[in-house]
Amino acid sequence: MTRSGLILIALVGFLALHQDVWFWNDDETLFFGFLPVGLAYHAVYTVAIAIFWGGVVMLAWPNELEAFAEDNQASNDSE
Amino acid sequence: MTPLIIVVLYLCLLLGLGFWSSRSFRGTSRDFFVASHSIGPFLLLMSVFGTTMTAFALVGSTGKAFERGIGVYGLMASVSGLVHAAMFYFIGVRLWAIGKRNGYVTQIQFFRARFDSSGIGYVLFPVLVLLVVPYLLIGIIGAGKTLLPVTTGALPGLFPNPATPQWAGGIPVWLTGLVVCSVVLAYVFKGGSRGAAWANTFQTLVFMLMGLLAFIFIARSLGGFQQATNLSAQFDQQGFLVQTHRYDAGAGELLENDPPKVIGKTLGNPSDVAGKHPLLARTPTEVELYTTDPSSGNQITFNRQYGIGKWMFFTYLFIPLSAGMFPHLFQHWLTARSAKAFRLTIVAHPLCILIVWVPCVLIGSWATGILPPLESHKVSGVLGAMVATLVGSPVLTGFLTAGVLAAIMSSLDSQFLCLGTMFTNDIVLQSVGPKRFSDRQIILIARGFVFAVVAVTYLLSLVAPGNIFDLAVWCFTGFASLVPLVLASLYWRRTTLIGAYASIAVAVGTWFYFFRASGYGGEYAIGPGIVPAAVCVVASAIAVIVVSLMTRPPSDETLAKFFPR
Repeated sequence: MTRSGLILIALVGFLALHQDVWFWNDDETLFFGFLPVGLAYHAVYTVAIAIFWGGVVMLAWPNELEAFAEDNQASNDSE
Repeated sequence: MTPLIIVVLYLCLLLGLGFWSSRSFRGTSRDFFVASHSIGPFLLLMSVFGTTMTAFALVGSTGKAFERGIGVYGLMASVSGLVHAAMFYFIGVRLWAIGKRNGYVTQIQFFRARFDSSGIGYVLFPVLVLLVVPYLLIGIIGAGKTLLPVTTGALPGLFPNPATPQWAGGIPVWLTGLVVCSVVLAYVFKGGSRGAAWANTFQTLVFMLMGLLAFIFIARSLGGFQQATNLSAQFDQQGFLVQTHRYDAGAGELLENDPPKVIGKTLGNPSDVAGKHPLLARTPTEVELYTTDPSSGNQITFNRQYGIGKWMFFTYLFIPLSAGMFPHLFQHWLTARSAKAFRLTIVAHPLCILIVWVPCVLIGSWATGILPPLESHKVSGVLGAMVATLVGSPVLTGFLTAGVLAAIMSSLDSQFLCLGTMFTNDIVLQSVGPKRFSDRQIILIARGFVFAVVAVTYLLSLVAPGNIFDLAVWCFTGFASLVPLVLASLYWRRTTLIGAYASIAVAVGTWFYFFRASGYGGEYAIGPGIVPAAVCVVASAIAVIVVSLMTRPPSDETLAKFFPR
């Protein structure tokens, strides 16, 4: 399995978690007394996304692209 | 008058920043267009976030939450956090590497080289420009609609505003649009992309801070966060939608409505909704709303659907794909000093979305308990009305308004700049050759085209429909429809020129078909609630795959420039 493939599988998992049908009709549960559960869930979900991408940039950064970019840099800089 | 003075001072400060940042302008067209690839991680995050979050994020999200409820956050914000970051990772970093390696400053240069065809540039250019125009419109309209209510009474002799008597004396929408365009043009012309990056950073910090302050002060006026949420419009036992409280701006206090004020009624079974707060859940609920036309005094009745259907919620994920094809974002990506500069943007962008959107969505749902029902074309004024009504201090109101304008201008500057960059590089220099004009002349041409497009857009803003969220969604749908093309170009060696043309044709054709069916800019869904972007993206992807497989692949020599070994 390639790096991109693993990330894509994780993305599909996140997209599935985005469809929180279980909280759809709940207007009563309020987190901290003011945050409706349908909003609170997605706020936590957003933090989870940031943590996920933090893991991706640490563990699966495409370093080869940096080298690819610099490959032809000398000629561009001399323009 | 005080809020107006603060906003004017803020605009002057911004101009000063633009002129200050121009001192580091190196005078070359490469520095004007992509800041000589010198922007570091923090400036990249702020400029990319500031660019993607326009009036849509503050003004549009508040208005849409007023129409639909708290589900708007999941509908657009949380999924954007996921998809935008994916676009930065899969498209942004790769395009940065290819762009830096081959010296590109626009998307079209990439597509021309990728497919060995100058023709594809002439096809893409008008499509991209026409899609940027509604994005510009969102900003210009949003600025006007925000400033009007908060400056009410400032200049009654000059601006009686007979069409909106409740905002008599406020700065009219047309004048705000004119001033905002002029200020942004001035600092973009002076500092180019480097000036835009600095102005974006400053303005992004301003609007994030001011958004949080607005949230806190509005909540405080409503008796605290808990009370504010409980104030959102509620059904009584008979199925009438009521407001239990009202805000007396003169006395600065929240008063109970006894009996509760009826603002509408359910069109379904009253027992299904009794006691519910429809704006705090996502259950689709049809209601009939009553309001008074402020200019005629007549009562108006209209229908609305609160909540969000599951199909719409699911298929909205296609809309933030648009970030992969925004030309102004492409230009920001190319300003990055290195690929590693993207790391902070990819991780922190979702958190920045959280900080901005959660308060706005809550303010929009709280507003249903305070403001009278508003028709769809008027909901863009909800944030301005809440600030004007509930934030007692004129000084604070001025700062908060400056924050909203900051969000709007931090997108306009990048969009102005990218239009000039595309016209100069993709049309003028492509036609006459790169040596025909000096660097100074190239920058002048870019400025001239930007001025022309902004003038046309400003005139359009005077007649355009007023719902910022819906207008933005059509713009995003168009860009999202082109994402299969850029993904195929970057990751599939077999993608051909004819396949690219087919993808563009299908994207444009399907987009226009649905745009027309929507009445040119209204909310529109297919069947059970599927958004048009889902169909446009899938159709465009099928077109590029099928047609590419049927036509001759590009040469190995061409592919070597775009695919790392």
